[in-house]
Amino acid sequence: MLHATELLGAEARDAQGNFVGRVRELFVVPADHPGRISRILLGRDRYQPLVARHDQLASAEPGKITLSVGEQALDPYQPNEAWLAVQKDLLDQQIIDVNGRKVVRVNDVNLEDRRLNGIVELRVTQVDAGLQGAARRLLQGVVPPAVIRRLQVRLPVSVLPWEFVNLIESDRMRRVKLRIESEKLANIHPAELADIVEALTPDERQSIIESLDDQTAAETLAEMDDRLQTEVVETLDKEKAADILEEMEPDEAADLLAELPPETSKELLEEMPRDDAQEVKRLLQYDHNSAGGMMTTEFVLVGEDAGREEVLGWIRGLDLNSEQLDTVLLINKQAVLAGTVSAGRLLMAAGDKNMAELRSEPLVFVNPEAPDQEVFEMFDKYNLRTLAVVDANQRPLGVITVDDVITHLREKQ
Amino acid sequence: MSNGPITAESAGWRERLAGLRNRRRHLWRRFALFLAVVGPGVITSNVDNDAGGISTYSVAGAHYGYALLWSLIPMTIALYVSEEMCARMGVVTGKGLSDLIREEFGFRMTFFLMVIGFVVDMGNVAAEFAGVAASMQIFGVAKYIAVPIAALAVWILVLRGTYRQVEAIFLVACTFYLAYLFSAVMAHPDWKAAAAATVVPHIQFDGGYLLTLTALVGTTIAPWQFFYLQAGFVEKKVGRKQYAQARLDVLFGSVSCMAIVFFIIVCCGATLFKSGHTGIADAAEAAQALEPLAGKWAKALFAFGLLNASLFAASILPLSTAHVICEGLGFEAGLDHKFKSAKTFYSLYTILVVLGAAVILIPGAPLLKILILSQVANGVWLPIVLIFMILLASRRDLLGDRVSSPLFNAVAWVSSGAMILLTMVLLYQAIAHPGSMGF
Repeated sequence: MLHATELLGAEARDAQGNFVGRVRELFVVPADHPGRISRILLGRDRYQPLVARHDQLASAEPGKITLSVGEQALDPYQPNEAWLAVQKDLLDQQIIDVNGRKVVRVNDVNLEDRRLNGIVELRVTQVDAGLQGAARRLLQGVVPPAVIRRLQVRLPVSVLPWEFVNLIESDRMRRVKLRIESEKLANIHPAELADIVEALTPDERQSIIESLDDQTAAETLAEMDDRLQTEVVETLDKEKAADILEEMEPDEAADLLAELPPETSKELLEEMPRDDAQEVKRLLQYDHNSAGGMMTTEFVLVGEDAGREEVLGWIRGLDLNSEQLDTVLLINKQAVLAGTVSAGRLLMAAGDKNMAELRSEPLVFVNPEAPDQEVFEMFDKYNLRTLAVVDANQRPLGVITVDDVITHLREKQ
Repeated sequence: MSNGPITAESAGWRERLAGLRNRRRHLWRRFALFLAVVGPGVITSNVDNDAGGISTYSVAGAHYGYALLWSLIPMTIALYVSEEMCARMGVVTGKGLSDLIREEFGFRMTFFLMVIGFVVDMGNVAAEFAGVAASMQIFGVAKYIAVPIAALAVWILVLRGTYRQVEAIFLVACTFYLAYLFSAVMAHPDWKAAAAATVVPHIQFDGGYLLTLTALVGTTIAPWQFFYLQAGFVEKKVGRKQYAQARLDVLFGSVSCMAIVFFIIVCCGATLFKSGHTGIADAAEAAQALEPLAGKWAKALFAFGLLNASLFAASILPLSTAHVICEGLGFEAGLDHKFKSAKTFYSLYTILVVLGAAVILIPGAPLLKILILSQVANGVWLPIVLIFMILLASRRDLLGDRVSSPLFNAVAWVSSGAMILLTMVLLYQAIAHPGSMGF
């Protein structure tokens, strides 16, 4: 195994053994191969720097590389934005460790040297974020490489595989050129991804949110600090922002829109599909600290006469998330709230009972104007997971779920 | 909020999430929140007038009366120009100073800078505890009681205090700087003469005068404050749009910092200098000497101001040093090494507080020497930090349109050059003629 630190500054000789220059940079060309060192920049003081291709490398060891061709076969160096520079873009920079779900700073890059047909191919295998890399960086050029190698084995290892590295690139265009994809980020829990994104700089934040799929972006945004949420949304392109808002829960979207300048908020609502926008607008009317401001309009509603089996079958066919399912609201023929059935009871009840038989007692609900304090008290008193919000005619408007209650309580602290 | 049934795998994240709130970040955030109330610029400049600073200002006032007041205006400019660079870098790049140095100048440079920073700040922390010891001695409390209590209080407040407690205490501490305004008023100075001396430059070509001038500059502009200031703007997540406010905050901070210096010099000038008490060596002696001249309240206020400043700086300095080092060297091991990474931070923090306080407790510890040594150490570190700052702030690839203009850079180089020159003189004096450091 080799380390980027050991090769940077190494002297390069050609096939005849003539000195060509010193290694100044190692490039990965993501368009050709995701991990191979495809180009090596050779600096020659006053002369124009040259570039060696991966198939022109005959050997590589700490402090020394040999080429398989003569100097005249090398190309002059032309900077290329689509090349990933190990020294400039990786060493000392922050990257996202997708597996460890955290941001780390790169101390060194580990390379594997594969011999085939008389040439040596270098592959990036790991990124070193630990003391070994740090020691190499500190001592390289001061102490002979062999001494460093002997010393470093005593130090703890902290490396992460190249596959789990997600580069942070604030320039959108370059992000595309370097083929940085965000699929892997979607596997990180939104709350964790939000923490990662919050720790980055504004440009990086923007670039990452833009690259995520709308669903992941919406979930991540919802978990972020309010102020950063609005900052990100304001800078996003309107269409993309509307797409993301559409994916958010209506109550979360409403909370976010309420924080934005009225102009922006209006523009975004216009970009959203009509019914989504309607729902969000309705929620926007309520005060943030009232039951209406806490509720979401996505919930499961069935007639009280429906049978359990029928309801279960129907629910299975819907694209719902688990918190919407916590409680099923029952209505009578006049569309008035007639009861609530918890997911637990729905699950445990034997046979095909009528929904009305499964309802929880007593029936509790609030009006949207009720202050949040009243909501907290009801959750506490009745040990609720979900509370129905009804209009003046006792018709269901939405539900407040326990996670929203916790969020509000924490805000108040 | 994923669709589909909750599996064992998706349940596991809860546990990980609980661990995610790395305690170090958490702690630092609390201070960042505090900065949201009072701007980073104001806090930084308040902390800047620490034990060492107050001693130097007292000596300057006692020895030379109002003759050094004119230097406050150029110093305000130098302070503003250098702090503005940090504010701008923090706001535009969203990165701390140690982060930027690491990314642009590499690991080795950062490592040395952090090692020097740690040692220098250790000296500074010791100087703050020396300030605690000196001020409490005026109130008749032995340092063996005062310093351990202060160290423990600082340690507990920072690591265990709730955000509200910390906020309340720090806000009160900030207003206590006004103690110097009141002691200045009690000294009944000739305000007209003081104002005139501030505007009209006056240069005296004797060694002591120049040395005191140098010390004045050296103590007012401390290298660690730049790291703290920039980190403050980054953690507060001040966006580019709020740059104008950030600049205003820095301006206000620089001016109010110098206003405190002004009041201290005027207070000592109007009393000690006027009555010929020019032999005082530090702030504690100045406070003692004030009593017969301006009354026991003036003395108490002066000593209390010193205690307040020392405690304030002793709370913030070790915390920001530990944070900057962890950030710059990337001890952000995160989840799996969560405990470990917190350990690095806690260890650094505790070492700074404990050793800083312990040095003062050595019987017969030369408090004055410690103060001077910490100033000298700052003097060594300052040029390096300033040069890095100017270089970074003129990088168009980092700052875009907000890059330093040629005119700004000219001012920055001149003022930094002057500061570097003066601190070098101070350094030379301290090494070559340790006895001549009459403060």
